[in-house]
Amino acid sequence: MKDLLHFDELLSDDEKLIRQTASDFIRDELEPYIEIWFANGEFPQHLVKKMAELGFLGISLPEEFGGSAASPLMYGLIMEQLEYGDSGIRSFASVQNSLVNYPIWKYGSDKQKKYWLPRLAAGEVIGCFGLTEADFGSNPAGMRTRAQEYANHYILNGSKMWITNGSIADIAIVWAKLDGELRAFLVPTDTPGFSAREIKDKWSLRASVTSELVFEGCQIPKENILALAKGLKAPLSCLTQARFGIAWGALGAAKACLNAALNYAATRIQFDKPIGAFQLSQEKLVEIYSRLIQGELAAWRVAKLKEGALFDHNQVSFIKRNNVELARETAKSARSILGANGISAEYPIMRHLMNLESVYTYEGTHEIHTLILGKYLTGESAF
Amino acid sequence: MKIYVCVKQVPDTETKVKVAEDGKSLDERDLTLILNPYCEFAVEEGLRIKEKLGGDVTLVTVGPDGAKAALRSGLAMGADSAIHLSADNARMADSFVIASLLAEQIKAGAPDLVLMGKKSVDTDMQAVPPMTAALLNLPIVTAVVEAEWNIDSAKLVREIEGGKERYEMAYPLIATIDKGLNEPRYASLKGIMQAKKKPIETKTVNLSGETLVIEKMSYPPVAQPGKIVGEGAAVAPELIRLLREEAKVIE
Ligand SMILES: Cc1cc2nc3c(=O)[nH]c(=O)nc-3n(C[C@H](O)[C@H](O)[C@H](O)COP(=O)(O)OP(=O)(O)OC[C@H]3O[C@@H](n4cnc5c(N)ncnc54)[C@H](O)[C@@H]3O)c2cc1C
Repeated sequence: MKDLLHFDELLSDDEKLIRQTASDFIRDELEPYIEIWFANGEFPQHLVKKMAELGFLGISLPEEFGGSAASPLMYGLIMEQLEYGDSGIRSFASVQNSLVNYPIWKYGSDKQKKYWLPRLAAGEVIGCFGLTEADFGSNPAGMRTRAQEYANHYILNGSKMWITNGSIADIAIVWAKLDGELRAFLVPTDTPGFSAREIKDKWSLRASVTSELVFEGCQIPKENILALAKGLKAPLSCLTQARFGIAWGALGAAKACLNAALNYAATRIQFDKPIGAFQLSQEKLVEIYSRLIQGELAAWRVAKLKEGALFDHNQVSFIKRNNVELARETAKSARSILGANGISAEYPIMRHLMNLESVYTYEGTHEIHTLILGKYLTGESAF
Repeated sequence: MKIYVCVKQVPDTETKVKVAEDGKSLDERDLTLILNPYCEFAVEEGLRIKEKLGGDVTLVTVGPDGAKAALRSGLAMGADSAIHLSADNARMADSFVIASLLAEQIKAGAPDLVLMGKKSVDTDMQAVPPMTAALLNLPIVTAVVEAEWNIDSAKLVREIEGGKERYEMAYPLIATIDKGLNEPRYASLKGIMQAKKKPIETKTVNLSGETLVIEKMSYPPVAQPGKIVGEGAAVAPELIRLLREEAKVIE
């Protein structure tokens, strides 16, 4: 893809370097096999260790916990490159970094941090984040999963739905109500009464594990509560981290689709001309490209803001909504440029198109982010 | 083991190069610059030797200010420190001038082993390493494809036409690394973050004494589309006529 606005000039040598590493990793380790994994509904679990070695599972964590203390921009660039490969591998990394490492680091005790974070960053332990329930998606505050306090432990009952990494996780961060207040518990997945069932019949994120979690009288040690996490603000703060990465990831998926369409438009001949020479194809490509480079600049700006005092979750809602939507439109339009080949697994577009349907819905649906920004603009809550 | 790895920053071979308006240099505006892939093999080999025998790896480059990026990527792979011999117009400089600067630096640092890439993918001259060795009066093995590094000597193999040459020699020595000797590691995020703390010593150098002047750069001629004369034995006379009279490639 061409760099009209010289975006690369906004990146330091180190930022370019980490983008290169992530891109090489995807080119070497994922791209040759992803269509098969996707078709078989397989998550490439052998890549977990490799990602850990590259530092991709503890990106923002302080060094003392096995992390790299990298900037939000580096985090974003890594997510972008991972999703250039597939949303599934990016989803895995989003969950581990933003939905498991982050809450433990932000809301956990020193003991919890020292124990869990180095293991998570090293990929020895896989985590998942259970907020959504079958009956409570956009409105998690209504959740039914409950914890009860006893002298030496809590008892957890309920279930979670659509949980990324659920069946391969060693540890689940489970959000549940304790005396009516939303709290978070570290639930080892070998706890008696815990079970996970993988949701296999899905047409999106097929190279990612999505599961239902069930808790039947799970006994959770007292020390496994994330003591500082109280109320809906806590899980939402984690989602802000993950959504930031998703906004970058979506750019990666969009770039993969645009590159495929550009190559195709240059080589496919109809009416004795490459189809890229037809005005209608050019309009599609220009539209995709224009939105993409705008989305990239917005994501860059929020990455910079994220390091300072002007950072605000509305900014993340803006880029998540904007970039995922542009990626989804990109995939559709790019698909049409490839004609029949657009639906073939020989090209990555249809896979991205299907993946982006999940990305459009999870981490706050497109509509919910519209309401968040609507409230930001008007001061009126329309939820 | 004190190891120097001499590296060069080059245009990415995957990007299209454009000749600048002056007609004798490259337009750097849309150019992606990378650590020369053969130098990457040399850095990787240096790191493996360090992991096996101990010691430290120092990178040396002659290049403009932007060439620091190539040093950063070598440091992120795991090299310990770097020396930047900085000169604005070093990108296309004369091999002999580069070799002289490297030789001076190597002489001052007195490493046990100097590694370089077999060639740089931009100018492709393969001249700097042997010139450097000659200036220092050090033995050199070029295009190494197999190597066994021991504490006081190395067994090195280079490919030659129709066979292999085997060497065993004591340090200090210079070796240039060919593709296939190793698979360079990725620069990990940790490596990149740690590299920020690693020292790059910058010395401004003078490229005086250059004898090579680039007069003009031009693109290779565009291939003309082929022409199908016909099919089968019947068209052979016509084909011969065209080859003789139009293409003028046979008498
Ligand atoms: C592949 C995948 C992985 C996931 N991973 C996780 C995970 O790891 N952890 C986790 O906790 N969750 C996860 N989720 C769940 C995801 O976050 C939810 O699906 C999402 O929050 C939406 O909830 P829902 O599906 O119940 O939709 P609903 O909330 O039922 O929404 C249905 C539709 O109604 C719209 N809607 C709802 N309320 C309003 C309103 N007030 N105004 C306007 N429109 C409204 C929505 O925008 C949507 O279009 C995952 C989902 C998927 C698909």
